[in-house]
Parts: sequence; C-alpha cells; structure tokens
Amino acid sequence: MSEFDAALNIFAQESEQLLADMEDALLSLEANPADSETINSLFRAMHTIKGSSGLFGFNPVVSFTHQAESVLDKVRNGERSIDAELISVLLDSKDHTAQLIEHCMADNEAPLPDELAGRSEQLIRRLTGKQETGGQLSSIEIPELAAEGGGEISLDDSWLISLVFYQDAFRNGMDPLSFIRYLRTLGEIKQIMTIAPGLPSGDDMEPENCYLQFKIAFQSDANKKTIESVFEFADQDCDIKILPPNSKVEEYLKLLEIQDESQVSRLGDMLVQVGALTQNDVDQALNHQRVIRESDEQAVKPLGEILIEQQVVQQPVVEQALKKQEQTKQKLAGEANYIRVDAAKLGHLINLVGELVISSAAMNLIVERHGLSDAGDVAASLNSLVSSIRDTALELRMVQIGETFSRFRRVVRDVSKELNKDIELYISGGETELDKTVVEKINDPLTHLVRNALDHGIERPEQRIAVGKAPQGSVHLNAYHQSGHIVIQISDDGAGLNSEKIAAKAIAAGLIKPDHGLAKEGIYDLIFAAGLSTKDEATNLSGRGVGMDVVKKNIEALRGTVSVDSIEGQGTTINIELPLTLAIIDGFMVGANRDRYIIPLSMVDECIEMDPNECEIDEVEHYINLRGQVLPYLRLGDYFHNRRNDFNKRESIVVVKSGQLKAGFVVDELHGEHQTVIKPLGKVFEKLKGITGATVLGDGNVALILDVQGLIQAAIKHNSRTTPLQIPKHLQ
Amino acid sequence: MKIEIKQQKKGGIQLAVQDEMTIYTVQEQKRQIYEHLRSAREMQIDLGGVTEIDSAGLQLLMFFKREALSRGIKFSLVQHSQAVVEVLELLNLSKHFGDPIVLSADWKSS
Repeated sequence: MSEFDAALNIFAQESEQLLADMEDALLSLEANPADSETINSLFRAMHTIKGSSGLFGFNPVVSFTHQAESVLDKVRNGERSIDAELISVLLDSKDHTAQLIEHCMADNEAPLPDELAGRSEQLIRRLTGKQETGGQLSSIEIPELAAEGGGEISLDDSWLISLVFYQDAFRNGMDPLSFIRYLRTLGEIKQIMTIAPGLPSGDDMEPENCYLQFKIAFQSDANKKTIESVFEFADQDCDIKILPPNSKVEEYLKLLEIQDESQVSRLGDMLVQVGALTQNDVDQALNHQRVIRESDEQAVKPLGEILIEQQVVQQPVVEQALKKQEQTKQKLAGEANYIRVDAAKLGHLINLVGELVISSAAMNLIVERHGLSDAGDVAASLNSLVSSIRDTALELRMVQIGETFSRFRRVVRDVSKELNKDIELYISGGETELDKTVVEKINDPLTHLVRNALDHGIERPEQRIAVGKAPQGSVHLNAYHQSGHIVIQISDDGAGLNSEKIAAKAIAAGLIKPDHGLAKEGIYDLIFAAGLSTKDEATNLSGRGVGMDVVKKNIEALRGTVSVDSIEGQGTTINIELPLTLAIIDGFMVGANRDRYIIPLSMVDECIEMDPNECEIDEVEHYINLRGQVLPYLRLGDYFHNRRNDFNKRESIVVVKSGQLKAGFVVDELHGEHQTVIKPLGKVFEKLKGITGATVLGDGNVALILDVQGLIQAAIKHNSRTTPLQIPKHLQ
Repeated sequence: MKIEIKQQKKGGIQLAVQDEMTIYTVQEQKRQIYEHLRSAREMQIDLGGVTEIDSAGLQLLMFFKREALSRGIKFSLVQHSQAVVEVLELLNLSKHFGDPIVLSADWKSS
C-alpha cells in the first residue's frame, strides 16, 4: 500500500507541475499563438495526465483530459486554430483537471459531485463544440500518409544519382564519361539515362558547351560519402544529387533511433552522422537557406524542407531525425539533470551542516586554546571546507524566484479581466535565487501586493487615457541580489499614493495625530498599519484595510523589510528586502557584559572604538555624534537588563543599518565574524523583543541573534522619549 | 579534312569520321557535318574511324540525331568503332540512336 501511496504522491507532484507548465504555455500562446512547440507541450501535458490517471483508475480525469487532448491534437495538426476563446476554455479546463485530480486523490471511490460532473460536461461542450464533425477522421489519416512518404523511388535498393553539368564543364576539362566509368568501380549501374534537355538547335548549339545530364540508378554497398567522393572534382561544374536507396532509409531510421541522446544535435549533423547526408549536402542546403534569407522577404524554409526539395534525402529520414531531435530535447529538458529530493532530507542535511559548523568552531577554539600549532593548519583547511560545505548545502535549497513570479501572470490576467482593466505583467530577475522556505512564505504577501497594485494602483483604461497615459497599465515584478539580501520589487505605473488622503484616513482612524509632522515616507509606511485602507470602497479583491499589516508582519517574520515609494500620478514601487536564507548566516559577534550577541553581518555598517575624536556619546540627550552625524543608540547591556560589572572597560560602537535607518549599538567587546547557525527560540521566548534567535558557540555557550530592525526602532523611540526628534542646537 | 564523303546520291549522303570525336575536334566536326545536314535528306555517318570519343563527341552525335529528326532526315550511325560502342553501352544510349551495332570479331578480346 505504501508503494502505491508513494506512486500516488509522485503522480500528484507531476500533474501539478504539468498543469503549471500548461498554464504557462497557454499564457505564452496568447502572445504567440503560432508556436507549435508550445502547442505540443500542451498536448503532452494533457496526454501524460490522461495516461497516469488511467494507471490509478481515475476515470473522471481520464475521460475529461481525453477530450482536451483530442482538441489539442486537432490544434497540433492544424485542423483547429487556437484563439483567445480556446485559450480561455483551456485555462478553465486546466483548473478543472486540477479539481478532478484533487477529488480522485481524496477519494476515488466516491462518485463525482454533480457540480464537478456538470462542469466537465460544460467544458467538454465548449472544448469540442465548434468543429466536432469530421475532424475525428482526418486526424487519424494524416499520420499514416506521412509515414508512407517518398514513394517516387522505383528502384528500391539503388542509389539515385543525378548529375547536371554546367555549360563550361567540358572547357574546364571535365569529361562526364570518366566519372561514370569511375563510378562503375564502386558498384553496378543498374540504369542510366543520358539526357540533354537544354540542347539548343541549329547554329545556337555550341559543341564545346556541355548540355548533358545523367540520371543514374546505382547499386552499391558504398556509403554516401564514398559515392559523393567520385564526383568530388566535378562539384564546381556539376550539380550533384545523391539520393540514398529506400532500403538504406530503413538503416538510417534505425541508426537515428539509437543515436546518442546525451545532447541535442542539429538536424544536419544528425543526418551526416548516420550517413544519410554528407557534409557537402548540408553545406549546400544551408547556403541555399542563407541565400533565400538574404534575397527576399519570403519565409525562410526549415533546413529539412530544403533537403527534401533538393532531393538529397528522403522525407521519412528527415522526419525521423526531427522526431529524434525533439525526443532528445524533451528527454534532456525532462531530466535537466535534476534529482528530486525529499525536502525533509534536505532539511536534515542542513541541520547537520549547522551542527558541523558549530563543532568545527568548537574544535578551532580548542586548537587555539592549547596552542597546537601543527593542528592549526589542519583546522584551518577543515574550516574552509566546512564553510564551502555550508554554502553548497544552503545552495541546494536555493530556488529561482521566476516560478513564483510567473504564477502571477495568471493572477494578473484573471484580475484584470474581472476589473475590466488592461494590464500587462513584466517579469525580470526571475533567475534570482533564494531559499525555498523563504519563497514559500513570500508567496502570500506577494500575492497580496500584486493584487493591491492591480486593484488600487492601476486605473481603468478610460481614466488612464484621461490623464494622458497609455491605456494599458503595467505591473513589474523584479528581483535582484543586494549585499546578502534579495530585493523583490513590485512596481506599477498606476495612480500612485496620495499622501494627504492617507494622512487624513490615518487621522480619522486615530493612528496619528493631526499634527503628526511625518514626512512622505512616514505617511506611506502608514499603509502597512492595521485598519487603514486607501480605497474608498472595498472590492472583493482588496481594500478592506486588512492585509497590508499582515503583509508587513509576514515579511518581518522572515527577517525582511518592506518599504513603499510612490510618485503620485506615476506609480508605486514596493521594495521587499529579504535575507537569502533562514538557516545559517554570516554574523558579527559582539559582547556586552559577559553575554554575547550576533548581529547579521550584512547589517553592520561599521565598528568604531569609542574615541572622542571620532564620536562621542551624549548620555543626557541620548545620541551619538559620529563625525557630525547624529545617531540614536542603544547600550545593549542596558537594554537587555544586564548589570554592568566592569566600568573601566572600553566600549565600542557597532553602527548598524536597516534600510535607510541607522543606529549605534554600544558594546563592550568586538569578537568579529562568526558563522552563525540560527536556532529558533522556543515558543516561550516568542514575545522577546529584540531577539530573533540563538546560536550555539564553539565553547558551548549560547549567543543571541539580534533583531536589528526592532532594536533600531527601539533606539529611535528611546531617543525620542528623552528628546524630541531634532538636531541638538550645538550641532546646527 | 578528317571527314570524308564516302557516298553521295539522290540527296543521301554517307560521311565517315576519320578522327577522334572529342572536345578538341567537335567544333570543326559540327560545322562540317551540319553543312551537309542542311542539304541532305538522308545521312549516314560511318564511325569506323573514330578512335576516341568523349562526352562532347557523344553530345554532338545526340545533337545531329535530334536535328535530323526535326528536319525529317533519315539519320543513322554505322560501323561503330569500339570506342563508340563502349561509350554507347556505358550510357545506355544504343537504343537512343537505334542503329544496329555490328560487333567485330575481336571485340571481346580487346
């Protein structure tokens, strides 16, 4: 039973993937309906799901996908054209298939609910409705006809050689007879026709011109290359075509069948490899193709077609080669050198790597403490190995954000239809990688933000035209790496945020006082406050004033930040900054009153020893004057209520930054960089402010990982409590 | 002159080519034979003296055959030399010219 369950699990994953691919394919078809490759992939998706569902006896899925498959088959064979309507039906069918699978996975014995059954019927009607009659028959006949192609060859086991000499052949010293004589040494000439179709009559006939053409049926075991080499010297003066015998075709087909699948070769190369063509043939055909492309605007034919046209190879061979090429491509794409790994195993591995990092730190400590100089080298190399293992292990969990992004194409498409807006989604930076757990958790906030952009941001086409914008709005999803973080941007070219309106609403909601004195950015940040909606009316998509606060909370739970930038009338950009991983970070360790703390290294701006020349602490006014720059500060020891036991100790300041904000942490000791394995704190400590986690140090002690962002906020508050936000007079 | 007029009577003419028929000679041979073709009603070409024939020579024979046909002149090749026979066989053109080929007794041995 468990094996069956495992298989079922794989089926579920596979079909989910296939349906996701299908959605992508459908959406890309909207832009490019003639792409046969995409249509093929649609067909394959339905076909594969149908096949696998049959294995599990999911009959409702089978019968439904069968219909979709037949429709796609017709599209594939060019019997039915793909249009926006069909795409839309197919999108619905894709959703419906997912529902059917879900139903069958849950309980295959249970009868199909009326709702699902009805929807099946309805979709099938919409799928097949148009051109049901007659289509079925022709779809069967076509492939058979194609398989018999190339029937013009009468002498089955003979090579067909056609020699058309140019007029100057004689003058260039060519004697066609000598070639034919030489040809006889390689095999038997079964049939030869000597013709001179271009021979002029009377005085026009120039006896020194060559008007001769030969058609030869030639029986030989020699391969094409050898035969071609007979005419090697004539190829400047003669048009040579050598068509392999039909009996050879079988051989080529077999050879193509077993051809190496480890890489995709070009059609020409494949045919040369099996001997159906010579390099010369391919070069000529390519040349021909290039001439066509350069000479006029007529559509460039594919190489295969040109080869058949030039009669150097039979159609079935080319078809087989193309099929093989396609198979290889698919196989490679399917494998793409990926291994499916259970996420739990990966998680376990990462945990172990974390322990390894801690142990290696412990070992380093001991080596150092005992002054084992000979062990030092070993420890150092071990250390560098451990850190590369750490990086590699973490990379295993890295996934590209592109897949998450492209899911929004559907969201944008559906929502914009629903809202009667014309919106195009642009995606860039899809190849940017980040931790899979982060990707999973960012999906919901991202969805919310995109929906917001669609609903609130982009105006209706008529409104856009009225303010002089293109009727089509755009939403841009972008991602890039920046100093150990990933930045995700959601920008739209919509109406932008109206800071006055937000402030008014916030005042009405009692979030701020009328004399708030907030700058624009501060007001924009208010949209993340609970209970504030900028939209006058709520729709079912967004606007109820819940959500943005949840978005912010979710992002902060990932140790990320979110900020808004907007130009009224021109659009809004939301920046989400996230750490790349949740498991191990490069930290900076500091000590304050015997305790140790870790600050994520990427957030450390600089470290300064307390030096009156560079900076001074104003204990009364509670700020640091750092080279003329005013920073709020926190004394970590005080903040965490540790009693000071050493007043003589020289303090240092670590300047940290988060987004635009900066603050100074006053600490007693700087311990330097530290590979930090993040261990979550238990539920008991969930409410602790200023701490996001803990790590185990090499000596077995625990160090707390600081929530820099929260602490900066605390520092600012601390500061504003004692003095209002203003620059002290003596600094002005 | 390498082309002899062996017989000439009542518009019929028999010519004998006493030379090779190759790219080096076809120009002159065409001119001469074509001259006769204009006036003749029947033409026979004796190929017994053709020591060598190449594609150009063969092409010339094909040309005359076609010219003669189009003018309604009876055209035949006789006394094929070994060289000519070999080429006609090679290119499967004996039927094209349709003339009986008489093999000499020492043909096989040569």
